[in-house]
Amino acid sequence: MMLTFKEDRSLFPETGKDGKPVIDWESGKFTKIWQGPVHPGMTGNMSLELTIQGDEIMDCVTHVGYLHRGFEKLMERRRFIQCFPICVRVAVPEPDFNEYCLASTIEELGGIEVPEAADWMRTLLLEMSRLQSFLAQMGGQGSSFGLGLIGQWTVWARDLVLDRFEEITGGRVYHMHMPPGGVRSLLPAGFEARMTDTLDKISGVMEEVERVMLNNSVFKTRAIGLGYIDPKWVDEYGITGPNARGAGVPKDVRKDYPYLMYDKLDFDVHVEYESDVFARTKVRYNDILTTIDLIRQIVPRIPKSGEFMADVPNVLHWKIPYGETYKRAECTRGEYGYYTVTDGSGYPRRINVRGPSYTHAVTLMEKMAINLNIADTAGVMSSLHTYPPEIER
Amino acid sequence: MKDIVERIKVKFPVAAVTFQRKDLTFITVEKKHGVEAVTYLRDVEGFTHLVILTAVDWLEEGEFQLTYLLNNPQAKQDMGVRVRIDRENAEMQTAHHLWPALVTYEQELNEMFGISFPGSPRQGVPFILDESWQGPPPYRRDFDTKQYSEDTYFPRPGRTKIDPAEHMKKKLYPEAE
Repeated sequence: MMLTFKEDRSLFPETGKDGKPVIDWESGKFTKIWQGPVHPGMTGNMSLELTIQGDEIMDCVTHVGYLHRGFEKLMERRRFIQCFPICVRVAVPEPDFNEYCLASTIEELGGIEVPEAADWMRTLLLEMSRLQSFLAQMGGQGSSFGLGLIGQWTVWARDLVLDRFEEITGGRVYHMHMPPGGVRSLLPAGFEARMTDTLDKISGVMEEVERVMLNNSVFKTRAIGLGYIDPKWVDEYGITGPNARGAGVPKDVRKDYPYLMYDKLDFDVHVEYESDVFARTKVRYNDILTTIDLIRQIVPRIPKSGEFMADVPNVLHWKIPYGETYKRAECTRGEYGYYTVTDGSGYPRRINVRGPSYTHAVTLMEKMAINLNIADTAGVMSSLHTYPPEIER
Repeated sequence: MKDIVERIKVKFPVAAVTFQRKDLTFITVEKKHGVEAVTYLRDVEGFTHLVILTAVDWLEEGEFQLTYLLNNPQAKQDMGVRVRIDRENAEMQTAHHLWPALVTYEQELNEMFGISFPGSPRQGVPFILDESWQGPPPYRRDFDTKQYSEDTYFPRPGRTKIDPAEHMKKKLYPEAE
């Protein structure tokens, strides 16, 4: 007997102690399929091993796939400054948070004071990074529900932000602009006008996105009620960022543990209570608007000249005394953190990256996938906003 | 933070305390009190958010350090619980009943450091390494990645090896041959 998604739930297989359905392979009712690793609906090289009955998922196992691996091990074998080109690869579309977290743990353990201008500059870079990452996610979210147009618009808008990054740092994707001690440069001449122009264009795109995506009946029908996250899972699974805010838990590192210049800026934390894919999309939409507003506040306050780099020992011979610390920042997916342990030598003893994808994409996704329709899996996955390299660091 | 540490000291012996920042403290407890201390911090002191569980390899001392980093979202404080375990037969009580997310952390530590957590659901299940992995746990400090890859993946038909120093010497000073 083939059951569809809306029929009597009690006819489905009985559930075991762990809440998962008991799967009897002998019965011939179940099929095993793989979603990913190269289907565009999946995020990159990740794949889900699904056990299905009809078109409904009964069991799910996440496989993180094969990408560039072992970043933490690679960093143990390098001097502190040499860790930077590696750490940015941990979250490819959003490298600046890695740089900031690693640099600030090294600064704390090495006793370096960062000049104020550098802090402003870092705040700007982090917000620009947030903006482009959110835009990429918004496109992926639309595409996974068949709205490919959204992706085309937001990727265009993201490219404008990358142009501004190129102006400041010389790089589009990986910037390496925040070594321990400060930043490599302040803003170039005429930057403010070009940034304002970019932000105006992105605001225009966001109005269109709201009209075409958030008011779209197809998107609403599919996204509302889909992928429910119970607020009590937030602590159990370590959910942070927009996924927690979509479930009514106002968690934001920028407000809770103000770092850099966030306590001098004026912004609100957006919370939605429905806890489904649509609520999470709305949170991200509002976060983009907040970020645009924040960049408008930050740019005029960055000093035009002055000191932007502290006096740091020769980085190739720099030895940092024994210690350990943890620093966090709010990235687009939630709490990002670096746990750095030093042992008095010129190399880190251990660097551990706390990426929000780690908990979202493995334990949480495996729980959420149960009783989901196959067609909605990609939509739920992209609403969690995960990056595979963060899991297999 | 000082008063929390005082309250813990009454319940368990605390070996070392580091006040790293105003909102970040590390304490060291014995292995047998590890999970007990984490449970106490979660249930009584309100450290409900598990930030990370990770291991540090102190090769020279023959020990692993497990760090449970916990966060109290109300008080906005962090507490790192350090547990030293023996490196030879690395084993620790599981704490996956406290946070379901710990299953993945313990699976990863089991695979990458060879620390076993008896009773945790996914011990021994491949997570990041592929099924045919033959070598020792790769995140241990005595694991030589270069040596392993040379032994395992080299030589292969069709691949040659060029020593960069020799190559440049020939290229720059061909007459010296």
